[in-house]
Amino acid sequence: MPAVVVLCEADGKGIRSASLPALAAAGELAKQVRGDVVAIVIGQGIGPAAADAAKHAARVLAYDDAKLAAPLAETWAPQLADAVKRAGAAALLGTATSTGKDILPRAAALLGVGMVSDVTAVLGPNRFRRPAYAGNAIEEVEVSGAVVVASVRQTAFAVENVAVSAVDALGAELVGLKATVSARPDLGEAKVVVSGGRGMKAGENFKVLEELTDLLGGALGASRAACDAGMVPNDLQVGQTGKVVAPQLYIAVAISGAIQHLAGMKGSKVIVAINKDAEAPIFQVADYGLVDTWEKAVPALIAAVKKLKASG
Amino acid sequence: MKILVTCKRVPNPEHKLKIAGGQLDLSAAAWQLNTFDEYAVETALRLTEKGKGGERSGEVVAVSIGPKDVGQQLRGVLAMGADRAILVGGPGTEDAALDAIAVARVLASVVGREKPDLVVLGKQTVDGDSNQVGQMLAGLLGWPQATFLASIRLGADGKSATVTREVDAGVEEKRVRLPAVVTVDLRIIGKKAVRNEALAGADAEWDETQRYASLKGIMAAKKKEIKDVTLAELGLDGASAAAAMKVKSYEAPPVRKAGAKVASVEELVAKLHNEAKVI
Repeated sequence: MPAVVVLCEADGKGIRSASLPALAAAGELAKQVRGDVVAIVIGQGIGPAAADAAKHAARVLAYDDAKLAAPLAETWAPQLADAVKRAGAAALLGTATSTGKDILPRAAALLGVGMVSDVTAVLGPNRFRRPAYAGNAIEEVEVSGAVVVASVRQTAFAVENVAVSAVDALGAELVGLKATVSARPDLGEAKVVVSGGRGMKAGENFKVLEELTDLLGGALGASRAACDAGMVPNDLQVGQTGKVVAPQLYIAVAISGAIQHLAGMKGSKVIVAINKDAEAPIFQVADYGLVDTWEKAVPALIAAVKKLKASG
Repeated sequence: MKILVTCKRVPNPEHKLKIAGGQLDLSAAAWQLNTFDEYAVETALRLTEKGKGGERSGEVVAVSIGPKDVGQQLRGVLAMGADRAILVGGPGTEDAALDAIAVARVLASVVGREKPDLVVLGKQTVDGDSNQVGQMLAGLLGWPQATFLASIRLGADGKSATVTREVDAGVEEKRVRLPAVVTVDLRIIGKKAVRNEALAGADAEWDETQRYASLKGIMAAKKKEIKDVTLAELGLDGASAAAAMKVKSYEAPPVRKAGAKVASVEELVAKLHNEAKVI
């Protein structure tokens, strides 16, 4: 039976929720190829993640080895290629996380095939829909080759432990990770996102946005212009070149609405724009627009939300 | 230090795309160098600069694939300071005939001939948005890779690079042996984001932007070489450099219709609560 292999990323407790979209897409693709979903988990001490993955797949391949502890493309991509061969897979999928984006294309090259990035719909065994040109064009693509490799935009199953084959990091080593410490939900997974743009003028002005963000239990974002200006770290960037978000509520503050920013947030359910320029392009995609300065509007919004919560 | 840097022209991303009858019409496109590639060129140049006494050391070779017109963008890269350029053209090099794996195969062949110590690419092109070529090239070559760089420091011995990468969880530090393939993100043009320890001191810094061609640079670029190469000359043909992914049709994304302006914060909160029910 042809398999659809899915890279499931582990986070210590189980598999990252970011891997679930890839599993869902794999389920659809498995129907198309009349096959099974096979999860692959790579790392060290990944027992919990492998058990978690088993809930979503017919089979789990666990590559558990100290040499695979760090997510190095050099060591992980060969395991993906190995899993494809071992499972006789028709396809290899993963979510387009920073790890997926780093490793899947390398695995495709090792398998000697092409790849489709950021799949938003499965149309057939080798036919997909994906956005390009900052989301301004939706492509319908067809990919040929022995294995279909694609990244996906966001139980009584036996876990099969696999003997790890040759591991060679090619001299690459992971020196360390400065993790962003945040009590807020992950940008990609938050139900509410509050983003600031160039109009916030300075990094310290983001404090008021943080207050609003925390009040709504959301995640903080920013436009590329605000990141480029050094107001906030680049990992807050929402847009074509940053993160793609689709929360229930997106509040864009002092963001003009450049195409590249819209590409990262226009899938949001409800969009609120606050901008002092009534002609700003952001208002063209906003469900609710408020023409005002952030200096006046954001503190007032915080007060109004507090009042609502107190009454509610 | 020999650095190969890749360059692709893209339609101006600020202009409206023309999509009709399932096809993308780029006949009137205003072409420009992909921004991330501009940053890659800037990175490559910085890695050869600010030696003792301000001298440059090393060679930066730019490579592109496409029609003759791409010479215009390559000339611009030479004017920024790259030493020479290679344009892979002719049959099989049209945009529609290529995808990331095909481009990676072409580049692997160029790397085989040029034998650079480092290949620097932009992390993605803003037309296809695939973000694949650097990773595929590294895989084909069997070289280490470092993607989405926020900074790079080449070791004094010229044998390794220590980089920081922008990942979902924060900033990762990685070390790779050379030769290697790296792809750059936006932060790479920070003042102190790039340094070749064999050349530049710890206090070396650059402007926080990619450089623009000076008049002197433009004049100098006229004398620099853009070598035309065909797929056949690289030992490839339409089959070995064929695209695996083909775009069958294009459509415009669904238009999000603009909502209404609200007059006050109170009205906004009331609507979010009662109408949209999101707070």
